[in-house]
Amino acid sequence: MVLLYAILIGVMFGAAVYLLLRRSIVKLVFGLVLLSQATNLFIFTIGGYEKNNPPLVEKGQLVPTAPYVDPLPQALILTAIVISFGVLAFTMVLMHRAHESIGTDDLHQMRDTDK
Amino acid sequence: MQSHILKIAARHLLLPFTIMSIIILWRGHNQPGGGFIGGLVAASAFILYNVAYGVQDAKKILRLDPRTLIGIGLAIALFSALLSVFLRMPFMTGMWVDVFLPLLGHQHFGTPLLFDTGVYLTVLGVILTVVFTLSEES
Amino acid sequence: MELLYTFLAIFPIAFISPYIVRQKSTWGWTLALVPAAIFILLLRFVTDVSHGHTEILALNWLPTLDISLMLYIDGLSLLFALIISFIGFLIIIYASGYFHHNNYAGRFYMIVLLFMGAMLGVVLAGNLFTMFVFWELTSFTSYLLIGWNHEKEESRWAALQSLIVTGGGGLALFAGLILMRLIVGSFDIADILSQPELIRSHSFYIPVLILVALGAFTKSAQFPFHFWLPGAMAAPTPVSAYLHSATMVKAGIYLLARLNPVLGGTAEWTTVITLVGGLTMVTGAALALPQNDLKKLLAYTTVSALGMITLLIGLGTSLAIKAAMVFLLVHSLYKGSLFMVAGGIDHAAGTRDVRLLSGLGRLLPFTATAGLLAALSMSGLPPFFGFIGKELVYEANLHAPQWVWILTATGLFANAVNVTVAIVVGIRPFWGQKHEKLGHGHEGPLGLWLGPLIAAAAGLLLGLYPAWVAKPLFSPTVSAILAQDYSVKLKLWHGLNTALLLSFLTILVGILLYVVRANFARIQQRLAVLQPIYPSMLFKNGLNKFLFLSDKATRALQNGNLYVYLITIFSVMAAGLWLQVISSYNINVKIDFHDFNFIDLGIVMLMIVATFMAILTRGRLTAVTALGVIGFGVALIYILHGAPDVAITQLVIETLTVVLFVLILYRFPRFTLLSKKSTRMRDASLAVLVGFMMTSLLLMKNSAESLANISPFFVENSVIKAHGHNIVNVILVDFRGIDTLGEITVLSVAALGVYALLKLKMGAKEK
Repeated sequence: MVLLYAILIGVMFGAAVYLLLRRSIVKLVFGLVLLSQATNLFIFTIGGYEKNNPPLVEKGQLVPTAPYVDPLPQALILTAIVISFGVLAFTMVLMHRAHESIGTDDLHQMRDTDK
Repeated sequence: MQSHILKIAARHLLLPFTIMSIIILWRGHNQPGGGFIGGLVAASAFILYNVAYGVQDAKKILRLDPRTLIGIGLAIALFSALLSVFLRMPFMTGMWVDVFLPLLGHQHFGTPLLFDTGVYLTVLGVILTVVFTLSEES
Repeated sequence: MELLYTFLAIFPIAFISPYIVRQKSTWGWTLALVPAAIFILLLRFVTDVSHGHTEILALNWLPTLDISLMLYIDGLSLLFALIISFIGFLIIIYASGYFHHNNYAGRFYMIVLLFMGAMLGVVLAGNLFTMFVFWELTSFTSYLLIGWNHEKEESRWAALQSLIVTGGGGLALFAGLILMRLIVGSFDIADILSQPELIRSHSFYIPVLILVALGAFTKSAQFPFHFWLPGAMAAPTPVSAYLHSATMVKAGIYLLARLNPVLGGTAEWTTVITLVGGLTMVTGAALALPQNDLKKLLAYTTVSALGMITLLIGLGTSLAIKAAMVFLLVHSLYKGSLFMVAGGIDHAAGTRDVRLLSGLGRLLPFTATAGLLAALSMSGLPPFFGFIGKELVYEANLHAPQWVWILTATGLFANAVNVTVAIVVGIRPFWGQKHEKLGHGHEGPLGLWLGPLIAAAAGLLLGLYPAWVAKPLFSPTVSAILAQDYSVKLKLWHGLNTALLLSFLTILVGILLYVVRANFARIQQRLAVLQPIYPSMLFKNGLNKFLFLSDKATRALQNGNLYVYLITIFSVMAAGLWLQVISSYNINVKIDFHDFNFIDLGIVMLMIVATFMAILTRGRLTAVTALGVIGFGVALIYILHGAPDVAITQLVIETLTVVLFVLILYRFPRFTLLSKKSTRMRDASLAVLVGFMMTSLLLMKNSAESLANISPFFVENSVIKAHGHNIVNVILVDFRGIDTLGEITVLSVAALGVYALLKLKMGAKEK
């Protein structure tokens, strides 16, 4: 099972890296999306996903029923998901503006614009 | 995007979605939910409306500028964090009061809920700022 | 505690002050109530402190991290705080006249109040780290005020210069404070002062001394960093009077005095501080002579006076410390007053050039009175407070353990120049015939002459009744600096002695220098060949070279090519991970299938297929769909493995992402094949390498479950302490609430960024 997820996460990271290295802006954005998904899943998996009970405490009890999943990675991922959406929106708008004013979506031609 | 069904759906779903998002926010401390999810759900309702009726109507139905929501949200979150300092306790100490409400009975209120409300409003404002701005531009 | 709260209230009041002034421009004076309140609250501590007590007021902030706001009130901090609030009171009254019809007056009050809060923070802080934060805030507010006339390049340069010099010194100071903490183990002033032997005998002593001294020297405009202070005269006059003569430039002196018990008393300390102070005193005095601008004259004598005080602290004898503190108060009163007088003259006559100024006495009777009183105190004539100060300085010089002659001679020179400048600035503009070029000026609004008059009158009053401040204020101050009980007695008349003789000589030399003044400008012109080695020129050239180099370095490192950045990042990352894998010889990858199930297998297979589709497809819509599949797959995994909150968030965000793509993606052109095949192969191999590394990293981590975890604390205390049953939510809004606060702030900034990027463009189109 660990192996299964490890392979999936590896594939996702690899694909993200490959997309980030493309010259087209849109592929760069896709790479970013994939990279954040892969990272979230990575954090989730090292938190020990095998234990299947959610970290919720039943009414009248003080701790969740064991074996429960580590809540900390979940809290991290939750905010990470929302933040990466914000960052994604900003990136896309930025790229859109760059594309508009420079007139190309080829990242190789986007250098030297700040001179 | 002038689907009639979509329009009806968007109009009738707006209120239930918003109420649901507030319930999600309210119960988030004890069950799955919370400010982040609540804010996202509320935002989805308005975005659906935006898709069906266009951005001007969506803005009108929201009444407030979404950027104002961001400001209010951040202010509430900050206030809830500072409240304990005013009462001479360390920054962000959680504080709780028991309140008796008609119909709901005894309820436990605390600064974390206030903080989560701030999160809710901020998330709602952020998502709507992004989507409304983009829709206006196109 | 009232003091602590009033002190904290300064900052919000500062921020609302523009609104107060906007209501009615003449309401500025009401803000003077703030320093007045502080002053009165401080007076309540005088009795206690004069009995040798040290008051510590503390407000807990983060007790778990041992962070609190602490005020440390002993004689030294009380003396400084009283000066800051008293002069601050006068300055705000003065500013209400100075900025009578200025649209930006509100901004001025805001920054000055911020500065006042920061400056009080520097001297009252009970913790060196807190002190440092306020210290930097004074540099920052000073920068804003020097650059007040920001449309002039000269002002901007002066502001930048002072910020770089004092900011650079601040960095040195910070390093010094950290070293000191390493020695003592605490930033608290009380803890540090209790360990003098430990600090002085530690191997870090010399570095600490040098770094702290650098901080103090830059702030207090000591040679060779003195040049920023005359430049700072580009600021409005109330600022020069307040920051650059009476208070901020004395922060360095405060620091030296504060740390004297633990750093002072060694041969290194005495040599460094005395030498630099002496050099500054002589340089400042010499440079003051050829000046013709009222404010420049005052600025250079300020440099000289700061040098004198530094020198006295360096000497470190009880006489010298007493002289330093008395002279400090003397100087604040007369120099603040004279600066305000100079502003009044400027206001009435429209010039600050002393060659044009004369005969203004009849037009400006009150300003003239203030100028005369302050000038007499500056010249050190009896019965002014300045006389007492100067007598003490001579006495300290004459009783110095070494260098008696050179100290006395240079002190005589500096004091004589004070007499000269006092005549030029405080007396001459008001006497004689009115210069024909001067217009028909008249006395400005009440505020313009009330401030300087009060300050100058205080100089006379304290001269007549020195006992008012001697025992209650100076005894505890000097005791605090010496770290032993010392009783200060001040008298106007000491009888016929060497010091009195020197005083007499000073007046004579001062008048002589006044008579031959015109020659100094010529001498200065002859010395112009030396210009390249002036500290200010060295600074300017050095700064330009530095900018040139950083420009080169930036161009080399930040070449603007994303591809190069990414290749570098990922290669380094892959190499680093490889190192990690190789170095951990305990590779024990456990592969078992006991918890295998087909649902997981199905989801994972689907996601892998979607991932490859996302890479390989030429259609944008296909790619978006593939990404959607991956996103929902991730959400499914969260649901299946006990993370309902995360799963819901992921689902909603996934939907929103699709909306986002729809709104923006169609504006981009279709995919085209841009890279060559060889490039694609190279990128693909790097990608495979990174992917493979992540897989092995994950397997390794799971084979060695380890690391102390903080999660159990959250789990155990969620219900008991935080009253929440959803632990993930409790972490978000309670245990790690500050993180969340930061995160929603980041989100807001991203949203505003989107808004600005799109709306600003629309604005441009309309044009």
